Amino acid sequence: YNRTMKLRRRRQSRPSIKDFSRSARPSIRGYGMETDCMETEGRKRDQLVNNLQNLSLSDRVRMLRAMPLSVAEKSELRYLYSSTILLSTSLSFSSLYPAVHISLSFSIPLSCCLCLSLSTIVSLFFLTISVPLPQVALKRVSGRFGTGVLSYFLFVKTLLFFNIFLFLVTGLLLAVPQAVHPPTLTQGHEAFSGLELLTGGGYFSDSVIYYGYYSNSTLSKDCRPSYNMPLAYFFTIGLAFFITCIILVYSMSKSFGQSFRIDKSHGILAMKVFCSWDFKVIKKTSVKLRSENICIQLRELLEETSRKHVQKTACQRIGRVLVHVLAWFICIGSTVACVLALYYFSEYMHKDPLLKEASLLALPVVVSLINLLLPGIFNATAWMEEYDSPSVNTYIAISRNLMLKVSVLVVLCFHWLGRICWESFVGQELYRFLLMDFIFTILDTFFGEFLWRLFSQRVLKRKRKPVFDISRNVLELIYGQTLAWLGVLFTPLLPAVQIIKLLLLFYMKQTSVMMNCQSPRKPYRASQMSTIFITLLCCPSFLGAAVCVSYTMWSIRPSESCGPFRSLSTMFQSGKLWVKELETHNPNLAWLAWAHSYIVENPLFLFLAAGIFLIVIYFNTQVVDGQRKIISLLQEQIENVTSLNSLIQYLNPS
Amino acid sequence: MGTTASQLGKDLLSEYQELTFLTKQEILLAHKRYSELLSKEDRNLTSVPMEKVLSLPELKSNPFRKRICHVFSTSDMKDGSLTFEDFLDLLSAFSDSATLEIKSHYAFRIFDFDDDGTLDGGDLEKLVNCLTGKTEDTRLTPEEMRQLISNILEESDIDKDGTVNLSEFQHVISRSPDFVRAKSLFCRTA
Repeated sequence: YNRTMKLRRRRQSRPSIKDFSRSARPSIRGYGMETDCMETEGRKRDQLVNNLQNLSLSDRVRMLRAMPLSVAEKSELRYLYSSTILLSTSLSFSSLYPAVHISLSFSIPLSCCLCLSLSTIVSLFFLTISVPLPQVALKRVSGRFGTGVLSYFLFVKTLLFFNIFLFLVTGLLLAVPQAVHPPTLTQGHEAFSGLELLTGGGYFSDSVIYYGYYSNSTLSKDCRPSYNMPLAYFFTIGLAFFITCIILVYSMSKSFGQSFRIDKSHGILAMKVFCSWDFKVIKKTSVKLRSENICIQLRELLEETSRKHVQKTACQRIGRVLVHVLAWFICIGSTVACVLALYYFSEYMHKDPLLKEASLLALPVVVSLINLLLPGIFNATAWMEEYDSPSVNTYIAISRNLMLKVSVLVVLCFHWLGRICWESFVGQELYRFLLMDFIFTILDTFFGEFLWRLFSQRVLKRKRKPVFDISRNVLELIYGQTLAWLGVLFTPLLPAVQIIKLLLLFYMKQTSVMMNCQSPRKPYRASQMSTIFITLLCCPSFLGAAVCVSYTMWSIRPSESCGPFRSLSTMFQSGKLWVKELETHNPNLAWLAWAHSYIVENPLFLFLAAGIFLIVIYFNTQVVDGQRKIISLLQEQIENVTSLNSLIQYLNPS
Repeated sequence: MGTTASQLGKDLLSEYQELTFLTKQEILLAHKRYSELLSKEDRNLTSVPMEKVLSLPELKSNPFRKRICHVFSTSDMKDGSLTFEDFLDLLSAFSDSATLEIKSHYAFRIFDFDDDGTLDGGDLEKLVNCLTGKTEDTRLTPEEMRQLISNILEESDIDKDGTVNLSEFQHVISRSPDFVRAKSLFCRTA
């Protein structure tokens, strides 16, 4: 590269930097840094210096940093422009970024808002300083395995953030006030035996962990301010879910925006060749592995592109369709069989209300076994089907696993109603499920990864270590998080259990991955998979949990003998009662009651809002379609201009 | 204007901070690593020869290490030796905060093996050979190579002149969100 070619003259047809508004970020493209035209060095440099002088200070710094020149040349430019401008014109206040205003409105006279915003800030702080998940560990993992496996550990971090937030909110607003004002117990306390940690019952059943402990009246002691427990419970859970929903949708849209490309053109071959080298990978063996992977991927892609040109005969197509139908039949059949078995087993177990503590663990064990074994059957059927592209394979596997887990949860939900103080029982069941899931993950890591590696290396004498199955591990995480979200209403301290579980899981998986596994062979588009994971977390997982919790709060009658909603017909009534109370105490707030009855309770408002959202979404998809058409038209134009130019040169060789 | 002093001057440090994407700690760390590369008798030299740069652990196994040195070197002898400022350029272009445009510009230059400003068939062939490694069983056959190069040109050559220029390269890169993440080095604390 000639040094002269580095300094480029700005083209006359490009907009001058002066024409950009102050808010527009100047981009390197406006400077025409291509390699075509040549000019004398001095004139180019003068023009560049001239343009830089007209920018504000921060814009100038940003422009200079983004120029692909060497440091020596940049410092020369800097010296040139700073010596020709006066000091007084170098400061411009309009380039200062606007101060960020955080405005919190405390219209509701509860300290809930302050606590919620405080806990959001605290959990964001934890996320940014990455305590207690160290960066060094993540660097080692990405150095050996690349960005694919790294995305799993980053997903664990994301889940940890959500759980810390939930735990702080419920802990500060519910558990702490109730622990300070313990209610009088009707029965005696059971003694503590070690089994409680597994079953969640016994000593823990009458403690602040479960729903049944919370009182249904306003707590007040001596001259301390009163605290309306049912209202606090209802609002805390509602607002926590609402804020989690907003954060999830925001991160999902951000991640989607990063990975979505407008022109879904056919070719990823060029992209693979230009972008697949991961410069973070340093170890010699990993580099060798990576080269092998790239070679295999390129070969597979070449095969795919040549296969597209081959037409299948009608016979072959019918055969493939039959194979697919059979595979789906097997999967759905095995799911239905397991679900029915689970249904009858839980009927049998719960027939007898006086169960021994240890036998309560039978149902979670069976569920975890189903979750472990059935995906194996799904993998076998997928191997039989031989899908064309690995990404379709992954999507089908994910959807089958989802179908299984959703049906298991739905069947269990049927069983949890109709008992005395069913809320606490549901809370205990969810605690047991979460814990059993964790124990099975530990066992699976130990047997599936550690022992399998020993077995395959010593007995089967394979050179390769087992592959770290990212999608299966992530689905397990999402399942655990769904259980935690379902259980927050009934067990306010369940997020604490989830936090401990995630921390232990992080270190355990990290050790296991470094010792036992190798990176996956299949082409792994890390950002696309992260988008899918967070979409799965938002859509079936969080949405399902939120729907269940909302339905419980809206329609189901709370049990008479325990919990903060003892005397009410639904949990939602506590909010209504509070609004009525406000109205009677303070006639000025009658508008609040009016707003409540017309906006919150009237379904028309919700229909209107949903309709407006749908229209906005439709409009945006039309815009994206239009942009796609423009891109293809522009590509045609470029082709035409080039061929026209070459034709002119051919006809006019002077 | 390279420096071989054991300490960096304060105004030099702030100048480098302004002109590159590196933070203060990263610049000081880079200075430390660069000084370690200069052996005792070469104290007077302002640039480190290419062999010493290639001994860095981050570059040792990288198949593009020689091209990286050639691209970032500003020496007149074209021997790939790097002054301290060239070294800072290298780290800045590969840092996490560098823009997509900088990374794509330098990636284009690294892949342009014959330095003619465009990626033609020969450049693409050498690129694929670097990616797939040196051993016989990982190299593509000539038939596969031919098919691969024609596919790449079909996908990325918009003006159909038989080569991929910088704009076309950047267009392909902009479709891949993984590019920025993949093209950064971790600067380990020595």
